[in-house]
Amino acid sequence: MPQPLEQSGSPPPAERPWESYAPVVTLRERFGDIAFDPRDTVVRGRAVGTVTVTVPADRLIEVMTFLKNELPSPARFDMLAELTCVDYLTFPGLKPARFGVTYGLLSTAANQRMWIKVFVGEDRLNVPSATGLWASANWFEREVFDMFGIQFDGHPDLRRILTAPGMQFFPLRKDYPVTGRGERESLAVIRREDA
Amino acid sequence: MPIDLQPDPDFLAPAVDRSADAKWVLNFGPQHPATHTTIHLMLQLDGEVVTGCVPHIGYLHSGFEKQGEVLNWNQYVVITDRMNYISPVANNMAWHHAAEKLFGIDVPPRCKYIRSLMCELARIFDHLLCVGAVSLDVGAFTGFTWAFEERETINDLFELACGQRFHTSYSRLGGLMYDLPDEFWPLLDRLLDRLPRILGDFEGLLTRNRIFIERTKGIGEIGTERAINWALSGPVARASGVRRDLRKDEPYFAYPELDFKVPVADGGDCYARFLVRMEEIRQSTALLHQIKEQIPAGPVNVPLTFGVTLPPKEQVYGSIEGLIAHFELVMTNRGFRAPIGESYGANETANGELGFYLVSDGKPCAYRARCRPPSFVHLAVFPELIVGHQISDVVAVLGSLNIIAAELDR
Repeated sequence: MPQPLEQSGSPPPAERPWESYAPVVTLRERFGDIAFDPRDTVVRGRAVGTVTVTVPADRLIEVMTFLKNELPSPARFDMLAELTCVDYLTFPGLKPARFGVTYGLLSTAANQRMWIKVFVGEDRLNVPSATGLWASANWFEREVFDMFGIQFDGHPDLRRILTAPGMQFFPLRKDYPVTGRGERESLAVIRREDA
Repeated sequence: MPIDLQPDPDFLAPAVDRSADAKWVLNFGPQHPATHTTIHLMLQLDGEVVTGCVPHIGYLHSGFEKQGEVLNWNQYVVITDRMNYISPVANNMAWHHAAEKLFGIDVPPRCKYIRSLMCELARIFDHLLCVGAVSLDVGAFTGFTWAFEERETINDLFELACGQRFHTSYSRLGGLMYDLPDEFWPLLDRLLDRLPRILGDFEGLLTRNRIFIERTKGIGEIGTERAINWALSGPVARASGVRRDLRKDEPYFAYPELDFKVPVADGGDCYARFLVRMEEIRQSTALLHQIKEQIPAGPVNVPLTFGVTLPPKEQVYGSIEGLIAHFELVMTNRGFRAPIGESYGANETANGELGFYLVSDGKPCAYRARCRPPSFVHLAVFPELIVGHQISDVVAVLGSLNIIAAELDR
């Protein structure tokens, strides 16, 4: 197999621009007890600019409320521009848990982005819903539930959005095969006479 | 097991209720000419007034993100063509912009200009269809045919650039499929000559047209704060007063060197979205003029030392180094050597922010290729926009959001 070009690992402290990224500094001041573990991908000696902090699931809403409502005005993250999930089942290296639910926050006034990851394992797939803070979380969370089976507690209408309602599995998980007989074959056939 | 679409329990009114205030349910779609693509809207109606709406999507779901995990960084560009098929070349550029961010590649200046040129052509291509379709949906068939006539010229330009009129697949990791041929520029001049005239025709037909204004003004309104809360982007957000354009805010390609304005309106309704799109076509025309004047000479691909581009065929067949470089990319046990990490790259496409959240584990294919489609975010807000308006306004609002179901469902 080809060798990876460069390991993104952990460069020396002098080369970690994300440590001094303003939202990260503010978060650390406010929540001294959370480790956050800020990181970014470094390629060819340059950070790509996707600064990510890790937050435990039970503190998520507290941290997001702070970022959305309590930061000083221009830096407030008023938009949830992206919400997705990554299944780290076969990812090389150690990960805190299998699923990383990823939130992409955006401050439209300050033009800053910030990424939040919440790791959940297969034993407990529950993450609190962000629908109370951002309306856009509604369909994003439904899609993540549909594709990965993450349960968003407090979501008003958590049901499948892209796949058929009778689906039993979660297609974007890494243990769901790309080819082969899919679930389409086992879905019910509705005829006019018994519809 | 019957398929249960799971609407709210109190959403469906009993069909036998014939009292004066009874609500009834209309299934709008999945096959309906005015949805343009396959979307199913369940509308709850009081007479002709919409009192509730539940969109059902996913009819065109084809697992694009799953495909992204088995196709390599160049093969997947073919899939991106099929996302927003109204402006496919912009999706190509967005995909490789995100991938190059992850690879840490800076493409040569000529490539940046050609990519910007293609993105602006795609924007005009998309907006022409959108304003044409809105005018068709509210009853002005003429506008639709005018828009399609100009789209033909842009199709011809795409064909000259990459051999395909529609599914362009024009970009490659670290560059482009080909440089532009010499015949491209005279045809572009012809388009630039014709565009102001067609825009003038459009304005004359629609902008002050009383029927058009009554069908679009005050319909589907959304204010600035709610637009931000719903994460709207692109012309839809800018028509609601959100001052944001990724070409200015997170500059990419040649946009930092080009001079253009970002139109913003504060109406937030279908009419404001129409006006913003019309002005964006004007700005794109100005951008095309500048790109034509300023485009530098030089290569369109990054040097072979990056290990992402195929060498020219003379080198492949004429030297052992070229042959090795070729085989290192195309053999099944070789391929791209991606860095391990995660990155997000977004482009301002005609519909809004088209972003790709990419995770790479160093293999030739992405580990996760998440696409953030603007249509998905825009359709989520649709029930809020339509409630309180009439059935006939459904098509005006859908058209003004420019919902493309292939991008919506992926």
